[in-house]
Amino acid sequence: MNAQSYIASQAANQPSRINSAGRRFASLFITHAILLTGVAFILLPFIWMLITSIKPPDEVFNAQLRLWPKQFYGIENYTMALTSAPLLRFALNGLIVCGGILIVQLLVAIPCAYALAKLKFPGRNALFVLVLLGLCVPEQVPALPIYIGLAKVDLLNTYFAMMVPFFLSVFAIFLFRQFFRSFPDDIIHAARLDGMSEFEIVWRIVTPSAMPAIAAFAVFSFVAHWNDLYWPLIVISDVNLAPPPLGMMFFSDAEAGTNYGALTAAATILTAPLLIVFLFARRRFIEGITMTGVK
Amino acid sequence: MSTVAVPMMSAPPGRRQAVMERIMAAGFALPALLLLLLTILVPLGVLAYLSFTDYELGAVDVNYVGLSNITSALTDPTFRRALTNTLIYVAIVLPGSVILSLLVAVLVHRRKRTRSLYEIIYFLPVTSTFIAMATVWQFVLHPSLGPISAALRWLGIGEIAFLSDPSLALPTLAVIGIWQLIGFNMVLFLAGLSTIPKDLYEAAEIDGCGGEIDRFMTITWPLLGPTTMFVIVTSSITAFKVFDTVAVLTHGGPGGSTEVLLYDIYLEGFQYFRMAYAAVLTFIFLIFILVFSILQTVVMDRKVHY
Repeated sequence: MNAQSYIASQAANQPSRINSAGRRFASLFITHAILLTGVAFILLPFIWMLITSIKPPDEVFNAQLRLWPKQFYGIENYTMALTSAPLLRFALNGLIVCGGILIVQLLVAIPCAYALAKLKFPGRNALFVLVLLGLCVPEQVPALPIYIGLAKVDLLNTYFAMMVPFFLSVFAIFLFRQFFRSFPDDIIHAARLDGMSEFEIVWRIVTPSAMPAIAAFAVFSFVAHWNDLYWPLIVISDVNLAPPPLGMMFFSDAEAGTNYGALTAAATILTAPLLIVFLFARRRFIEGITMTGVK
Repeated sequence: MSTVAVPMMSAPPGRRQAVMERIMAAGFALPALLLLLLTILVPLGVLAYLSFTDYELGAVDVNYVGLSNITSALTDPTFRRALTNTLIYVAIVLPGSVILSLLVAVLVHRRKRTRSLYEIIYFLPVTSTFIAMATVWQFVLHPSLGPISAALRWLGIGEIAFLSDPSLALPTLAVIGIWQLIGFNMVLFLAGLSTIPKDLYEAAEIDGCGGEIDRFMTITWPLLGPTTMFVIVTSSITAFKVFDTVAVLTHGGPGGSTEVLLYDIYLEGFQYFRMAYAAVLTFIFLIFILVFSILQTVVMDRKVHY
């Protein structure tokens, strides 16, 4: 009786185990099928960019769909891109502008965030309310008056013009204040008793403790300003000052529809630096997005 | 008498320290406050003032015109079309990017060996220089030379002029917008998913709630609620600020079918230099962003209390 019921239950179990293995396989298959479809959609322009950048013009304009070029034309296209547009200059401009913005943002935001988090002074709450309000104002809103101001003092077409609207990051103040608030007061008191000035406390004790937040913000700020088109498009008309997006726009307007090989080579060159940094510092990028969460 | 004298004696250094602290604090906050005035508050004031004038860059005199800028904005067909197009764009990008990124995040989250590979690939558009990639998209979508047209021809559908067909241009830009946003939202969803305790799923399995869809509906979806709301708000703001693809790929065309709010502001303010009119449009833009932002704060609040 016992053995019988055991056999019966085994028999009942057998198909269900096969069934569950089959179901697991099916679900794995469906999962990867969906994800790979998405991957194809995401990678399509990247792959097309790389392939076109090594194709000779006659193969580009041949309407036949062919993945790999018959004739390798990469060297010609990349040389053409580098000589007909100052691509490295664009990248350097991007580096100068993003670096300058980030340094001033940190120098301004860190002390202010510390004061808001740990010091008492008149108007502290009012300042914090202003910071919160500032969070809701996108860059495109003050653009018009700042542009008029820069035009009046004749500072259009300068690195300064490209950087000035972003020197203050209310977001950095907000983020760092959150971090500094959890910093133990005892350590600050002890440092004061040791005769450290507030200035030293901020930069030598509190700032190092907020490194994860600072790194996350740095990534966020750098990516945002490296890719920003709106403001440079408004204040820069000199090609030699253009950051990567604006440079790309100038270049594609000049080459539109004529030289896709060089155009995609240029796109590859301008996209590569940030992508390479991303591949090496992937964790930081992802932490940066999750910590900041805003774009 | 002496009991009073003791605190009297110690008060001045304490008070001096408090005063010093205030001065230091004010010094620390001052650069930020000055920049806040110069780059946000004063510009907002100037913007408000300009809204009621007829100022144009380089104009000799400025006249007060009252509400005429506002009334002309509300009746301006270009502006109304730009606003409608922007909202249509948001209406496509928002569900598209949120649903697809949620699907990808849920599927990627449970992978072990392939997880980081998928993460990298889906995140690529976020870090790539978008203008460069937009130029590539233009070529990908090229009616005679692009791979999509080639595939459509092979399928016997024929060429489609995605960016020059007035009824297709805006949805096409929206698809590119979704392409750019999926990885960003996926990362936010993955962060949300990692906070859901694993034993909940195990408990659900014991309770006989074994199917993927069952588990998603009973555990993942409700617990992911705050993250989802947050992603919805940030995606709406990002989509509402659409500008780059329009400026690079379509310039508002064909036939005004891709004119969007920011592009309209850009043209009025920085191409036609009708500053006063652009100021009014900027304010309307800001009102929409504020509505989204208020939603965001409400949502964030809920997220904290959760």
